[in-house]
Amino acid sequence: MFKKIDRNKLIFFGGLIGFYLVIQVLQLMGIVTSFLSTILSMGTVLAIVSLGLNLIYGFNGQFSLGQWGFYAIGAYSAADITYRWSNNQDTSALLVLLFSVILVGGAIMILYRTLSRLRGLDALSAFVIYLLATFGFVFLSIKLGGLLTPAMNSALGALPEWLSFTIVYILAVLIAGLVAAEISFLFGLPVLTLGSDYFGIATLGFSIIVKVLLDNSDTLLGFEEMKGARGMIGIPKVDDWGWFAVFAFFMIVVVVTRNLLHSSFGRAIISVREDEIAAKAMGIDVGFYKTLTFVIGSLFAGLAGGLYAHVNAFLHPDTFNFIRSFDPLIVVVLGGLGSMTGTIFASYAYLLVVEWLLRQILPPGFENWRFVVFPVILLIMMLLKPNGLFGNFEMPFLRQLLPPLKKKPAAEAAAAPQEAAQ
Amino acid sequence: MSADNRETILQASGLVMQFGGLRAVNNFDLTLKKGDLAGLIGPNGAGKTTVFNMITGVYTPTAGKIEFGDQEITGLEPFRINQMGIARTFQNIRLFPTLTVLDNVRIAYHPHAGYSMMDGILHNKKFQVKERELTERAQEFLSVFNLQDRQGEIASSLPYGEQRRLEIARALAAEPRLLLLDEPAAGMNPNESVALMDLIHFIRDRFKLTILLIEHQMRVVMGICEHITVMDFGEVIARGNPTEIQANTRVVEAYLGPGAAALSEKFRRKK
Repeated sequence: MFKKIDRNKLIFFGGLIGFYLVIQVLQLMGIVTSFLSTILSMGTVLAIVSLGLNLIYGFNGQFSLGQWGFYAIGAYSAADITYRWSNNQDTSALLVLLFSVILVGGAIMILYRTLSRLRGLDALSAFVIYLLATFGFVFLSIKLGGLLTPAMNSALGALPEWLSFTIVYILAVLIAGLVAAEISFLFGLPVLTLGSDYFGIATLGFSIIVKVLLDNSDTLLGFEEMKGARGMIGIPKVDDWGWFAVFAFFMIVVVVTRNLLHSSFGRAIISVREDEIAAKAMGIDVGFYKTLTFVIGSLFAGLAGGLYAHVNAFLHPDTFNFIRSFDPLIVVVLGGLGSMTGTIFASYAYLLVVEWLLRQILPPGFENWRFVVFPVILLIMMLLKPNGLFGNFEMPFLRQLLPPLKKKPAAEAAAAPQEAAQ
Repeated sequence: MSADNRETILQASGLVMQFGGLRAVNNFDLTLKKGDLAGLIGPNGAGKTTVFNMITGVYTPTAGKIEFGDQEITGLEPFRINQMGIARTFQNIRLFPTLTVLDNVRIAYHPHAGYSMMDGILHNKKFQVKERELTERAQEFLSVFNLQDRQGEIASSLPYGEQRRLEIARALAAEPRLLLLDEPAAGMNPNESVALMDLIHFIRDRFKLTILLIEHQMRVVMGICEHITVMDFGEVIARGNPTEIQANTRVVEAYLGPGAAALSEKFRRKK
């Protein structure tokens, strides 16, 4: 049994690394143009977003349209951090967000422990407590960040440029994920008490709010460098090893999701999708697992956003409007709800069709046909293969093996009552 | 029950459940001692399942108090009550339909998994040891119910009787001290009912449980329950052992309509 698992692991990681190396070699040979490799990066980013959504919708059963909003939050927070560093050698955004993420995250964890012990505290009152704590700690982080910025500026400035930028970039992506995760916790707390359809509408509202805020980011939010509806330019593009970073994060996300789903916690997450009432009666804290999944899914969206900002080097609020928020949903449904393999393949397929086939191969003007092509594909899918392209199929490494039966003593087996009928 | 010094495991007193203008349960009292095998019967709509839902936390009683062991559990959330040691099955089977038989049981064992989420994500040594323990324990539960060869099958594809057994196996995997069975024999033929009665006796003795069951098949109720509570229109109308209940005029009339008791008496005398 163990040899088999190891072989699956080997094939999976070997395949992924092989895929990466082949792309790398093809890039060097010039067969894969920089346009194509950007598409591959974007496909990987989309796969990360969609894996997060698959966790929320496919495995936990919560219909969410908010994934794109968290993606936007991740993209803009990471972009702001690296923008300020590479253009002004200013670490204020990095420090403020770093402190907020750590302090608010810690506060949320401690508060969650204490508040869940209280009897009869309803979700909205808990939400107010969390919100007040968040505001308090964010204010504290702004003060703290302001104090420490000059010291940090000179400390990072003393390092060689490539090293300091790498540190800022990696931190920015991680912070982007955590920012999205913490916002999703605050948002999910009152909203996750809603039933599935209403939850979907509320999350759609969230995506729209985020988009409108980004449209007015320079005036309403006061971030000059985001330039509101004109689009944020001047984000450093991570070109030479950006593809590597994207792929590394992708692999981490795949492994974390897979491990989580194959543990007892994953089964608890899936039980909520299967039957909430039965899950509750079986000792599963349904509220906790809904929140947990939503937070992890949004964490992935935030990470992907941070990566996307540095692949594209240009952010525009229109990228994050609510029509696009259906992108990950289409991918997840096409690939198969509850199939990680399907999600991964569908992400690349989607990007190839949208960006390469419709834009490059077919005559100009066809790119707008995606609004026709995808609904039609979805319709046909729903009619012919409602489980998605891959259904319940998983690649060997991602598939859960059935544990073998242990041979039990014959005496005990005889003691078990035999059913008369059947 | 006068000279009974076993410890009280469940004590419900003065339970009231009001749905708008409807009083589904009124002034319900119940005491279960450790090791009891008690029945709760009554005509349709008498409020039996509502009582179950109040005990397991699905509904918060409008008034009254439920104590489990020495702790008050009134109004606690269902998952906490389950973790304290009360497990249940449902009137209409509620398995996790698209999961395997094994996973159904493993989910119920989740509160006893014994590793943290970080261990789960890292798949470290502790995870592997605990996960193997958990799986073997789940397989043990399955083999008690003769389902071990079905572990890889999808729960909803099992035949009806096996789904019932799986649901009981899943409830037991939560390691309860009190087991509530809501119509376990519903839809079973006489042979299956007899097998079920054996099974209920067997699990009570093997897992040292207290069992409270709702049942409509009088054959099952009278055959295994040592103590029966009868409800009608939300009120308790009789308590006692099976023979006392069978002789009770109010019970007969609740089931068969007013005057039925006299008729049956006449019928009996004629014979």
